[in-house]
Amino acid sequence: MKVSLNWIRDYVDFTDNIGEYTEKMTMSGTKVEGYETLGENIQNIVAGKVLSTEPHPDSDHLTVCKVDTGGESPLQIVTGAVNVKAGDMVPVCINGARLPDGKVIKTGKLRGVLSEGMLCSINELELSLHDFPYADENGIFIMKESCRPGDDIRDVLMLRDVLVDFELTFNRPDCLAFLGIARETAATFGVKLKYREPDISPKNNGETVSDYIAVKVENPALCPRYTARVINNVKIQASPLWMRARLRACGVRPINNIVDITNYVMLEYGQPMHAFDYSFITSKTIVVRNASGGEKITTLDGTVRELDDTMLCIADGEKAIALAGIMGGENSEISDSTAAVVFESANFNRENIRFTSRTVGLRTDSSKRFEKGLPPYNALLAVNRACELVELLGCGEVVNGAIDVCQANIQPTRVKFDPERVNQLLGTNLSKEEMADILKKIEITADGNELIVPPYRNDIINTADVAEEVVRLYGLDNIQGTCFEGRAREGRLTESYGFVGKTGSACVALGFNEIYTYSFISPSFLDKIRLSLNDEKRDVIRLLNPIGDETSVMRTTALPSLLSCMETNYSRRILSAKLFETATVYKKAPDGMSDERKILCMGFYGGGDFYDMKGYIEAVFAFLGITNHAFVRDETGGTYHPGRCALITAGGKPIGIFGQIHPLTAKEFGLDCEVYAAEIEINGLYENRTREPQYIPVPVYPAVERDLALVMNEDTEAGEVISLIRKYSGKFLTGVEVFDVYRGKGIEAGKKSIAFRLTYRKSDGTLNDGEVDGAVNKVLRRLQEDKEIVIRS
Amino acid sequence: MLDKLKEIEKAASLEINDANSMPELEAIRVKFLGKKGHLTSILRGLGSLTAEERPIAGAAANETRQKTENLIEIKSKQLWETLLNVKLKTEKLDITLPGIHKEIGHLHPLRSAENKMVEIFVRMGFDVVEGPEVESTHNNFDALNSPADHPSRDMTDTFYISEGVVLRTQTSPVQIRAMQKRKPPIRIISPGRVYRCDAPDGTHSPVFHQLEGLVIDRHITLGDLKGTLDLFAQSMFGEGTKTRLRPHNFPFTEPSVEVDFSCFACGGKGCRLCKSEGWIEMLGAGMVHPNVLAGCGIDPDIYSGFAFGMGIDRVAMLKYNIRDLRLIFENDVRLIGQF
Repeated sequence: MKVSLNWIRDYVDFTDNIGEYTEKMTMSGTKVEGYETLGENIQNIVAGKVLSTEPHPDSDHLTVCKVDTGGESPLQIVTGAVNVKAGDMVPVCINGARLPDGKVIKTGKLRGVLSEGMLCSINELELSLHDFPYADENGIFIMKESCRPGDDIRDVLMLRDVLVDFELTFNRPDCLAFLGIARETAATFGVKLKYREPDISPKNNGETVSDYIAVKVENPALCPRYTARVINNVKIQASPLWMRARLRACGVRPINNIVDITNYVMLEYGQPMHAFDYSFITSKTIVVRNASGGEKITTLDGTVRELDDTMLCIADGEKAIALAGIMGGENSEISDSTAAVVFESANFNRENIRFTSRTVGLRTDSSKRFEKGLPPYNALLAVNRACELVELLGCGEVVNGAIDVCQANIQPTRVKFDPERVNQLLGTNLSKEEMADILKKIEITADGNELIVPPYRNDIINTADVAEEVVRLYGLDNIQGTCFEGRAREGRLTESYGFVGKTGSACVALGFNEIYTYSFISPSFLDKIRLSLNDEKRDVIRLLNPIGDETSVMRTTALPSLLSCMETNYSRRILSAKLFETATVYKKAPDGMSDERKILCMGFYGGGDFYDMKGYIEAVFAFLGITNHAFVRDETGGTYHPGRCALITAGGKPIGIFGQIHPLTAKEFGLDCEVYAAEIEINGLYENRTREPQYIPVPVYPAVERDLALVMNEDTEAGEVISLIRKYSGKFLTGVEVFDVYRGKGIEAGKKSIAFRLTYRKSDGTLNDGEVDGAVNKVLRRLQEDKEIVIRS
Repeated sequence: MLDKLKEIEKAASLEINDANSMPELEAIRVKFLGKKGHLTSILRGLGSLTAEERPIAGAAANETRQKTENLIEIKSKQLWETLLNVKLKTEKLDITLPGIHKEIGHLHPLRSAENKMVEIFVRMGFDVVEGPEVESTHNNFDALNSPADHPSRDMTDTFYISEGVVLRTQTSPVQIRAMQKRKPPIRIISPGRVYRCDAPDGTHSPVFHQLEGLVIDRHITLGDLKGTLDLFAQSMFGEGTKTRLRPHNFPFTEPSVEVDFSCFACGGKGCRLCKSEGWIEMLGAGMVHPNVLAGCGIDPDIYSGFAFGMGIDRVAMLKYNIRDLRLIFENDVRLIGQF
């Protein structure tokens, strides 16, 4: 909320140092976002009295003026305007002047004639007819304000102010008023607030407000308080300069005295008001009621709005005349011929206003305030203030008495005063008296073991609230940092949190870079990874209100995010990348929530093949202590290459999949190279990890190795052969490794040769050749019998 | 004979001394000590000596052999070292040529920041707790004392899955879950991923990361909050870092504060990073609202607590001087490789 400091100064005296003001206000709880010094850009523009005008000798549309600007001799200024005559008071840019838009005016010659400045229009001063209704928009601004030549134009036209932008918190709707800010200013600087309740002197002619109008509130839940007053013998005209200047500074466009008064009071008291033309109120009755379905109203902005029965409207005897708390109706608008006015100052339910405002798509300064939950206490004060201003401006006669239909509590409230607990919460050691003094600054008074809280502070309910008030005025800077007491304890990671970290460490050690990607993806990603139509991963959790389609579903797989990152890097001509993410995936849970799992998703492009990927996985597993895993061919295809893909199992249960990404899938992500990836459930790894490794003695007796080159059919897989070797090799076999695969010269077509290294070892002695030969021969015999695998000759 | 031995010894010594290469030295060894060498031929003559002379001459011959062998060995070592030195000279490398590239991976900057933050709080005795990202509005809002019409609940602010289910907008629901399960003293942090309806720009992302902390015990004070954050600030951003508490309002805490850290780029003097303020807005915090404690079955008249929450993304951006949040989620390996 932007606040005029000129206005605040009506109520409180404080420093001229804006930096100090904003700093102190922020530190006492009314946060300043920034400030703007109005009029700052205007320089060397003064009031000038036109002494004479003569036609320009060389131009038939220019005029040469002599202007008294308070200097020793008058200035000669050439103007193109035609409305200037001797005796006029006008704004004059003297040599070196700066206009609000930054333009600089210097002495020069116009068609050979010296011009020592410029006469200004209101547009050049960035003003409008709303600010100065009497001005000529097409000519020089002939001012009617009283001033002397040489007076700074900013003072003459009241263009100076400082506008401070406060960020107000949800709990302080009372600060949506300049009066509220003035209160906080007074409390912050420890000075007195110069406030008195509005003082009105209605004509004592025996008439009272009830002779003019009756008010009926049908739904007090939505309208806890409705106050109204009537003004008679209204004279609609422009409001005075000071009022227009303040409204303009606060971004409100001046209209006429009555409307300006309602806006002025809204800014000052934070209480939205409305003025009805009394003559249009049928049957002299105001009814606050729910609209009937389909009821229509044309609001002041000229829009016809259809209402429903959740919406509150202000009606007269027959029709709606305002959409409550949001905008008035055209049918009762103040016009130049308005003779009597009803001022409304009411309190409306914040949730209802918010809902209606959304439903009809209309947010106004009024609705924005009501949405925040205004204190009902203010309603009557505000309408009285409006009447006071009517009297001050002399624009009407206030009728005796006010309507006040009130269901709300407008009395001060009482809360417990517990200084000990306040000290306990704050870590301070303030006495009861010190606290009472602090609270007094914001008009909270101590009464024994209770505090009396003013009725505009509905946010102070318990001791924690009191502690907040105390500490912000005592000064948070005075709070000393302390160390909490209590039992000594060490902090711990959850095991799974630590395990995810460890998994990442393994990937980093293997040269993979970690990525962070969004948890929601485009539904098209599921097509891009070529999931079959009945794949359960297509059953995604959808957002009701995504920012866009590309972030509209919670991912059930982390793979497309990985591929998409590869795409980013690949498209930037990065030739190879190894990436991983410990990503969460989200599966629909029966209770409407999600089953969230962490997935290790890793992959690379540009360098490496299937066996590199497998090697990386095996290395990660070794680091995490996974020993019970196996790889099972998966020929499903789709996402992965049908011939280069395996499921990963641990303890016999599937925990993941890896392989070469199907070239068509890769192509979907703009990757026209071989891409490998793995998706592994981290929980699957966690459950199969070796908790605490136990030492197995390092062998003391030497091992015997035998290398066997075995020729077999092309479709026989190394894994089968290894299983057979393990099965038939006897108890001394400690390892089988593949060290070469050969096809070509010397090997029959349709066959291949795989070289295995078998390691034998006894734990309690040295093996002799006989023992090893026996074992090897047995293996060779069985391989030949079972699989027609023979030793390469 | 003894004279002859002396002669051989002398001659061998001279030749060994003059030898310039290993083959030369080997030839000398064969010449004097080999099967057909001078010494061997002398030893053959032992048989012609008397029984008294024989042991004396034998001993003398062995001595000559021993001495000569020693000389050869010493010379051999000398020659080998000389050769090695020559070889080493030829092996001189241009040590300014680059090393052969070996790949090590890098953690994402958000992970690095989170790891550092978690480590600091764990050292202070905080436990890490985690919770689901898809949350009920009850845990995400109601239990956190957020009014039913608080604007943060709007569909313009919060992602909804269904009427009562949202993507958590803060990790505070984890604290609610922890308070329901644990009994005071509670000292936890909850790092994790959170969501808000912000279109991505330099400082906003619909997905970001928070680390929240909660301490509940008897006699926990606002001063304890400040002390804890002081320690964190110093550990994370350097010894001289100061904290400043400013009043604020959050539904979850009362009193509530916003916390600034003194600018670690300029030490508080004012610079571009802190927009000349000397302070950088870092986090929100406060004393846990009595309604929240009571809602979780903790008596607010006996216990008190503080809570704080900060953006891991924000800390990472400030700490690593990343000016645009979008870069963090782009995952360009040239960025990640720097961490």
